[in-house]
Amino acid sequence: MPMRIGVVSAKLLLRSTAVDNGIEATAAGSWTVSQAQALEQLVDEMSVGVAKARALTIDMRDVTAFDTFGACLLDRLLAAHADGNVDGQRSASVIGLQERFSILLSEVQRANSKATLEAQFNGRLRKSFRYILSAVVDVAEDALALIAMFGAIGYALLRVLVRPGSVRLTSAVHHLDRVGWQAIPIITLITFLIGAIIAQQGIFHFRKFGADDYAVDLVGILVLREIGVLLVAIMVAGRSGSAYTAELGSMKMREEIDALCTMGLDPIEVLVLPRVIALVCGLPILTFIGSIAALYGGGLVAWLYGGMSPAVYVARLRDAVTVTHFEVGMIKAPFMALMIGVVACVEGFKVQGSAESLGLQTTASVVRSIFLVILLDGLFAMFFASIGM
Amino acid sequence: MEDSASQVVIRVRDLIVGFDDRIVLDHLSLELRRGEVLGVVGASGGGKSVLLRTILGLLPKRAGKIEIMGMERDNTTLDQLRRLEQRWGILFQQGALFSSLTARQNIEFPMREYFHISDALRKEVAMTKLQMVGLSAGDADKFPAQLSGGMTKRVALARALALDPEIVFLDEPTSGLDPIAAGEFDALIQTLQKTLGLTVFMVTHDLDSLSTVCDRIAALADGKIAVAGPLATILACEHPWVKEYFQGKRGHKKLDPLH
Repeated sequence: MPMRIGVVSAKLLLRSTAVDNGIEATAAGSWTVSQAQALEQLVDEMSVGVAKARALTIDMRDVTAFDTFGACLLDRLLAAHADGNVDGQRSASVIGLQERFSILLSEVQRANSKATLEAQFNGRLRKSFRYILSAVVDVAEDALALIAMFGAIGYALLRVLVRPGSVRLTSAVHHLDRVGWQAIPIITLITFLIGAIIAQQGIFHFRKFGADDYAVDLVGILVLREIGVLLVAIMVAGRSGSAYTAELGSMKMREEIDALCTMGLDPIEVLVLPRVIALVCGLPILTFIGSIAALYGGGLVAWLYGGMSPAVYVARLRDAVTVTHFEVGMIKAPFMALMIGVVACVEGFKVQGSAESLGLQTTASVVRSIFLVILLDGLFAMFFASIGM
Repeated sequence: MEDSASQVVIRVRDLIVGFDDRIVLDHLSLELRRGEVLGVVGASGGGKSVLLRTILGLLPKRAGKIEIMGMERDNTTLDQLRRLEQRWGILFQQGALFSSLTARQNIEFPMREYFHISDALRKEVAMTKLQMVGLSAGDADKFPAQLSGGMTKRVALARALALDPEIVFLDEPTSGLDPIAAGEFDALIQTLQKTLGLTVFMVTHDLDSLSTVCDRIAALADGKIAVAGPLATILACEHPWVKEYFQGKRGHKKLDPLH
């Protein structure tokens, strides 16, 4: 009841006088949130003295308004007195409090006595330790979930291979259309631009020592081996991986996945497998298209900026690039697709009840799949180097 | 007469609210008196929530007057409105807890915005409110996503009470709760109403809540208040919809012992 009445100067809110066996306090005015700041200071000042006093009497007769904040502060004062009560010789009394206010006080006291009891178990050290522990457990759980999903997909694939009739072809084709066909324009544009930029930078810097022809080698090898597949994989992770997570996540939120399970269908087989198959088929195609677009962009820049005719560019490219370079790039594509698909589905299944968790998991899905794609690329680089490809 | 008039905290007169060409509330008049618990019932989609949202100012009205604590909605300045908003608390149907804040932070949020008090006191009061609505200290650091339906309602109630309001609006407080939890929630509302001297405006479907908690009931039918008064008045009402609602099969079972 924050009534804005009873404006008493702050000092008058709580005064105390020492009597022979303790402290007598007199409260007045409005014990509400509007006075809480001043009141808290007075209460804390008085608590020091009260902790040593034997008897405490608080006269609340002149209190005109009293709310939860006032009740909490009064309770704090009483608690300070009670804390020092080791010998059981102490007594405290609140007199003159209006009946409707005393109901509130007793309710607050009841609530607070429970609070202090349980709060003791929440130490700061314990909290931070628990935080670190849960972070470590989370990482381990993520890794496990990823491996489990690989296993589940492998198992589902085996079952589908045994019973080819149960393959969800329509679904796979639908997803191939979305992640493959519909992605072609943006993938082509981006890779074209990147190819052009690499060529321009190559020509600009190689020209200083008269080696601008080698810009073609740079473009060819870099695009076919690394940039083409990596760029496309990152684009697909951002474009389709996030879509997978959001779709599966919202299905999880609305209990659609549970509904599937109760109908005796395996969500991995029905939802995950077609998506992953679409991605594994789509990404190599996109990589191929992207690589060609990048080479095309490089050639265009070489012609317009470097003054190299298209015929020379193609001839030079033929010398610089072997099928091996192309193979190295293309071999990586399906593995990266698998990684993106699995991460996206794992994150999608992790979505909990709230819309916020859907957003969190979608972000996590993109970040993780890009990280893992780059990690995978590094591992492949080491692998190909060691087998001399 | 003069005295009883001053006891009216919300007065709605000839309120008309509609969307496009559909009139939802048609010349509706209603009073909420200080210290009472008013239950508003009505058919699903009949305009209960629209009434609540119009009083709160979330929906525009076409005509009519809404007077809250002596201030007419149309004639208040923004500043007055802000001060008015500190004097009421609202429990939304789904809780409407801020999902990025923990339970305790949710309760502290309005206090942090409006009150200049120390962090320690704010935390202390927030914990007290949390205990008052029947939650334990261990729930304080949980996020809304980790709370069950009943706990969400309790935290939302604690947040509605954060500023020690005079009026509390409850939008279907017991919906989605099992009968035992709903009964506990009713008892909680009753206790808090007595302890804090609240005036409660409750939109509900729950016949149990209506019969146990509410001092007065207002039945909304055809965009108007068909009847308002204590349960006995409502049961005696001859309006067909009200009769069906309270005397129908489901209503009969629950309210029979009161006859």
